[in-house]
Formats: sequence, C-alpha cells, structure tokens
Amino acid sequence: MQIYLPIAELSVNVFLLLGLGGVIGFLSGMFGVGGGFLMTPALIFIGVPAPVAVGTEANQIVASSVSGVLAHWRRGNVDFKMGFVLMIGGFLGSGLGVALFALLREIGQIDLVIRLCYVVFLGIIGSLMLVEGVRALMRRRNPTAERRKLHQHTWIHGLPLKTRFRKSRLYISALLPIGVGFVVGVLAAIMGVGGGFIMVPAMIYLLGMPTAVVVGTSLFQIIFVTANVTVLQATANQTVDVVLALLLLTGAVIGAQVGVRVGTRLHGEQLRVLLAVMVLMVCAKLVYDLTIPPSDFYAIGTIK
Amino acid sequence: MTRPVPFFVLVAALLFTEAARASCIFDISDHRIPITTGFAGSEVLLFGTVDEPSDVVVTLRGPLSSVVMFRKARVAGIWVNAASMTFEEAPSFFSIVANRPLEEIAAETELRLHQLGVSYVVDLPRSLGSPDVRDDWKRAMLRNMAGTGLYPSDIGSVTFLGDTLFRARMQLPSNVPTGQYLASAYCLVDGKVQSAQTIPLFVEKTGVEAWIFDFAHDYPLVYGLIAVVLALMAGWSAHLAFGRS
Repeated sequence: MQIYLPIAELSVNVFLLLGLGGVIGFLSGMFGVGGGFLMTPALIFIGVPAPVAVGTEANQIVASSVSGVLAHWRRGNVDFKMGFVLMIGGFLGSGLGVALFALLREIGQIDLVIRLCYVVFLGIIGSLMLVEGVRALMRRRNPTAERRKLHQHTWIHGLPLKTRFRKSRLYISALLPIGVGFVVGVLAAIMGVGGGFIMVPAMIYLLGMPTAVVVGTSLFQIIFVTANVTVLQATANQTVDVVLALLLLTGAVIGAQVGVRVGTRLHGEQLRVLLAVMVLMVCAKLVYDLTIPPSDFYAIGTIK
Repeated sequence: MTRPVPFFVLVAALLFTEAARASCIFDISDHRIPITTGFAGSEVLLFGTVDEPSDVVVTLRGPLSSVVMFRKARVAGIWVNAASMTFEEAPSFFSIVANRPLEEIAAETELRLHQLGVSYVVDLPRSLGSPDVRDDWKRAMLRNMAGTGLYPSDIGSVTFLGDTLFRARMQLPSNVPTGQYLASAYCLVDGKVQSAQTIPLFVEKTGVEAWIFDFAHDYPLVYGLIAVVLALMAGWSAHLAFGRS
C-alpha cells in the first residue's frame, strides 16, 4: 500500500515505513538509544530528501523522548536543573545548526558534512563503547581488578559560574553543561539525531554525572532541543513531514516495547558490546561509501 | 515555476496551420492529474486524429526549474562535490513518445528546430567554458535526470488505430513535480513538421496532502508547533499504553 508523503513529495510503501520504524524502535528499546543516528541515514537511503529526513526525524524523536522520559521521571532519574542548563546550550547550538544546515545545503556540501559527522562520531563512540564493554566483561570474570575513579580533576573544574547540581551530586561550572549542550545541539540539527549517543558519554565521562540519572536527563533535554529543531526546520525550510513522522512513530513505539523486553534478558555489558559493533559497522559502511570511486562522478544537487 | 505556451510552439502552430498539408488534433483524457494519498504515479492518455497518414510525436513537459549538478573529485581520499553547474530553465519533467523511432521520422536538424528530444531542450549558455566541458555536464545532467525517472527515455508509445486515429500513453512517475504541464503533438510528413498542437494539463496535490503542504508553507510556525504538539501527545499516549507495564 503506497502513501504519498506531502512534504517529502514522494510515494512510499506504508509497511516499509512502519517496518523501518519497528526495526529501529526495537534496536533503540533494546539498547536504550534514540535511534535517530540509524533512522536518518535509513530515510535518506529510501529516497527521502536529506533535509526532510533530518527535519522529520527531529519531530519523531520528540515523541520517543517524551515516552522515554516519563518512565525515568517516575523513577526519579531526571536531574531537571542539569537538564535546563544543558537545554540553554542546546537551544543556542540547534539554532546555529539549522542555520549552518541551510548554508551547507546552499553550497552543496550538506551530504558530505552529514556523512563526515556520522563517521567521526560513530567511530569515536563505537570504539569507546567497545573498549569499555570488553573491559567490563573481563572485569566481571576477574572481579579483583581495580575500580576506575569516577572522574579526574582537571582545568575544567577551574571554570567560573560554579553551580551545584544536587541530583547529580556535582559542583561544577555551568559553562561545562552549556558547552556540551551547545555542541550536541549543533550536531542534532545537522545530523537529524537527538544526540543521546554523544550526550550520554559526554555526561558520564566529561561531566562525571552518576549513570542512573544520565539517560533520563539526556532524554529530558533532547525533547526540548528536538522540538526547537522541528519548529526551526519547519519555519526556515518547510522540511518537517508530519505524515512521515507519525508513521515512523507508530512502528517505533511498538518496536521499542519488544526491544525493551528482549533487552532486559541480556546483560548490560553484552548489550554494550553489541551496540558498539553495530555502530562501528554503520561507520565502516559510511567510510567505504566515501572512499570508493562513485559509479557516477556527477550527481543532482537540487531541483527547484 | 511555470511559463505559458513556449513561443516556438505558437510560431509553429501559426505557421503550419496556414500552409499545412497535414494537421493533427488531439485531446487528453484528464486535464487534471490529482496527487492523492495513494498516488503511485499516473498515466497520461492522449488521443487524436491526423487528416492524412503521417508520423506523430508527442511530448510532455513539466514546469521549468533550475537544476543544480555537482561533479565529484577526490580530496584527501574521499569523494566530495568539487564543482557545480546550474541548468536554468530546464524542464522538471520531459517525456517524448512517437509512433516509430525518432531518428527514422526526421533528421536531427528538424528535431532540434522543434525541440523534439530532451537534449534539444536542455542547454547551457555558450559563455560557460569549452564545448567539451558543457557537453560533459549536459550528458551527466540528462543521465541523472533519466535515473530519477523525470526524463524517462522510452516509457509509453504512440499507436495508430487505422491510418488517422492515434493514441499516446505516457507514464508519470510517483516523484513527478507539481505544476502546469504542456502536452504537445506534432505531425510530420517526409521528416518535416506539418502542424503542432499544445494543451496544458495540471498536476496538483488534492485532499489532505494539498492541505498539509499548503499549511506547512503558509503558516510554517504554526505547522511546526502543531508537529511538536502532535509528537508530545503521541509520546505521552505511548507511555500510557505501554509504559505502565
């Protein structure tokens, strides 16, 4: 059954979209990630124009983050103060990101920048997760190994605007989370992701937040940043397709439920290694595509 | 972007209707092609008559657009868009069908004169680089547009029913641009165009699709806010439905 997407201006099989949402929802439920970093490339792959994929995916992430954050909120795993501070950076960053996106589209380099962003971030995050996951697996077998310190004290802790974040048991400069929020906001706007996969490691390793509140807080601020991206993309570029977003959402919600149930049967370390391998595979594919000679040296940029 | 009936068609029509030996008249089955929820491409059906045995060529052009092409080059091991070229006023869709291969119907000069073929329609200004470079860009543009289905090479046909009645079928792909299209029929005898007729038709979104599209363009801020509210509600109801378990 074909459906015509009014903003993407193409006709796609409904079940393909529901299935795509379902598979990526399953993975995101199982691994506890947003799935935007898989969904956006998948949408571009099935022929949705890159700007529409990015704008629409931001809209979809709003929904999946809301349902995620409510579960964390009930368990008291959201640091609202930290969330708001991250959000300040996120708003500034995503505003810049949408403007940058428009500029890069104008000069025809948006595809390249999106791909390079994915390669760099998937490569770094995937490698880190893999190393960490393998270490954790080994530690479980060898429990006498020494524990890592929570975080190191560096020049970062000498920055001004020191603020106390009770829930996270942190006393750090507010500039730090604002900076993290800003960088993730820019990437969120350009890559069409919530940025959880960058935000979560940054919160753990850079800010030193306790793992329990990391995911809930990250989801909390992602809602606002992606809502901001949605509105900005809708006003600046008219690239948010609500029909597409709703279809993906339906599949993703159901897939996520199945994924969560499967995920609880697996061990955390195994999951992390699995996710790391998957992330590195997507990264390797992107590198491969960038380096092999293209079948056609010419390509259509835009048709207006 | 639309433009009224091309000048050359008017000229051709005026010149040839006076002195013509053969003339053709045709009409289209639907002057409006609606794009609805289930739109998966469409067919344009033309039927007409010629008053004496002749060849018939039918073209269908979409509204004019500007097409930006990129050429890739290797920079530091990766392939990037290094150069670009803009084709101003290229048709966003172009399809041509005939009762037999075009090269058998008329010589290249005649085809070029009446723009019977997409390569005679799409062109770059002479001021842009050497002819070789222009040719490379043009070939690449035609190849890529054919790849997207917007310049279909041989989809559809003109068939004669007897000597004078003809019928032409053309396919519109699902990614067809919206706007005013021009369907033109040319009748040729001994490789010369005798007469031509052009009829406009409209490809337009209708129903919910049109409404959403117009709303997104007319009230982008409201549209964005509604999109966010919808997402919030969807997320919340997902939480209510599944989150409690």
